[in-house]
Amino acid sequence: MSLGPDAGRLPAAYLAAGSSSFTEFLGAHAPQLLPSRRPLPAGSFEAPHGTTIVSATFDGGVVMAGDRRATMGNIIANRDMEKVFAADEYSAVGIAGTAGIAIELVKLFQVELEHYEKIEGALLSLEGKANRLASMIRANLGMAMQGLSVVPLFAGYDLERAGGRIFSYDVTGGCYEEKDHHSVGSGSLFARGSLKKRWRPGLSTDEAVTVAVEAIYDAADDDSATGGPDLGRRIWPTVAVVDEVGVRFLPDDQLRGVVEEVLAARDGNPGGAR
Amino acid sequence: MTSMPFYVSPEQLMKDRADYARKGIARGRSVVVLGYDRGILFVAENPSRALHKVSEIYDRIAFAAVGKYNEFENLRVAGVRYADLRGYSYDRIDVTARGLANAYAQTLGTVFTQESKPYEVEIVVAEVGESADDDQIYRLTYDGSVADERGFVAMGGAGDVIENALKDRWTPGMSLGAALTLAVELLGKDPAGGHDRTLEPTQLEVAVLDRERPRRTFRRIGGGLLRDLLNHTSRVTNAPEVDDATPGHHDILTGETPRDETTNPQTQRPAAEEADGD
Repeated sequence: MSLGPDAGRLPAAYLAAGSSSFTEFLGAHAPQLLPSRRPLPAGSFEAPHGTTIVSATFDGGVVMAGDRRATMGNIIANRDMEKVFAADEYSAVGIAGTAGIAIELVKLFQVELEHYEKIEGALLSLEGKANRLASMIRANLGMAMQGLSVVPLFAGYDLERAGGRIFSYDVTGGCYEEKDHHSVGSGSLFARGSLKKRWRPGLSTDEAVTVAVEAIYDAADDDSATGGPDLGRRIWPTVAVVDEVGVRFLPDDQLRGVVEEVLAARDGNPGGAR
Repeated sequence: MTSMPFYVSPEQLMKDRADYARKGIARGRSVVVLGYDRGILFVAENPSRALHKVSEIYDRIAFAAVGKYNEFENLRVAGVRYADLRGYSYDRIDVTARGLANAYAQTLGTVFTQESKPYEVEIVVAEVGESADDDQIYRLTYDGSVADERGFVAMGGAGDVIENALKDRWTPGMSLGAALTLAVELLGKDPAGGHDRTLEPTQLEVAVLDRERPRRTFRRIGGGLLRDLLNHTSRVTNAPEVDDATPGHHDILTGETPRDETTNPQTQRPAAEEADGD
């Protein structure tokens, strides 16, 4: 590095006016840090994949749950991976797809939201957050074409409407608002069937948590890439609740109670409650 | 390139620039930064609710400035970008006030010597530590000089007068209420020796870096809480440990009913010791 006239001072991109987006700043100043701006090697390879995420609304909020398994072909790459994250104080994001890139995108999304908050001194609207995530997924299309796709599920508490909302995405960055409940990932078909039968309007928080854990259980029952609750290792699904208080993750002892209840109800009745 | 019509000695050139910057800064209202028992307090005389002189940079780092708004706003945004990029590419604990102060010093120094006009600003970068001894307060002036201050700093038009008074009256371990009352009293003094003014809560911008909070420690203080802290007859001498209950942006503490539990953006799970407690 040569010592030019700018040596040591903050580069021009830092002092440029206008943008309150961290991703745009990275694109201008350090594009190599954006997953979508890195050149891809030719050929294909196997990388760990994250699997099933479910989300369901309840009276006054929304719950999001994810299994803990990452797979690489027929191998279980990770048994206790976290795939549901708090995006900011009032929203959660769950990811299915290539784990490494998905987690990088979530990290970038978290900084994006906090960066906006600090620069603007205000929170983004829930649609604003959902659209930011959509543009990040859209930028990832080139990687998705090579098999490194990431499909998130975004859920948050809408401060304007005072209720929970769910947004789903496709690999091209399409963002769709879902009513009531949704699921993504390899086990999502089975989870969706379960949600359809078990979800009803006006659920309480605890009921919604049980419905979400059952949906993960049903997905794990029929999809080999989705991990069910593991009692021996004490691995439970990750469950986040988003309501007017903010995002919180359920503690392990509470999840253990929910899982044990679900298992007891299925003892000799593997289809579960209906 | 045009040739220079007259010879101006470098000493004269620098002196002219420094005088120019100092004049610009002296016109503005002052800002006081001082330590209290639970963190670092920022008090500015600023009637605007939207154009801030004190702002959050990162988890434990805040920024205060006097001078030209557009210039220090530019530096504030650069600081947030610097901190977020560093935190993103390394880790959150690797973002330090010292690193940011150095980056600001280089920038201000280069602008002072090379641009046609220096920045008319004076800024403070403060980081709250685990204990009061670990607190760091850096003061940066228009020419890029940095000073590592202990305990308190005052900047702006009446900065010197306030700083002299703080030397006598500030003590380590003051409560938030006591530190705030002292800062507001000194901000109301007329440096020319005229009548003291009593500053109302609406004329003040007050914020803290609260060392007891997890992760993001910066909170503004307003509403009933600010009135109570300034009121000698009320028993409120410290900021509540939890955020306001109203759903929304929790960057401001107003002293209304606190909510059940704080949630911090990006906190994946409570720290191990916190989880044991409940």
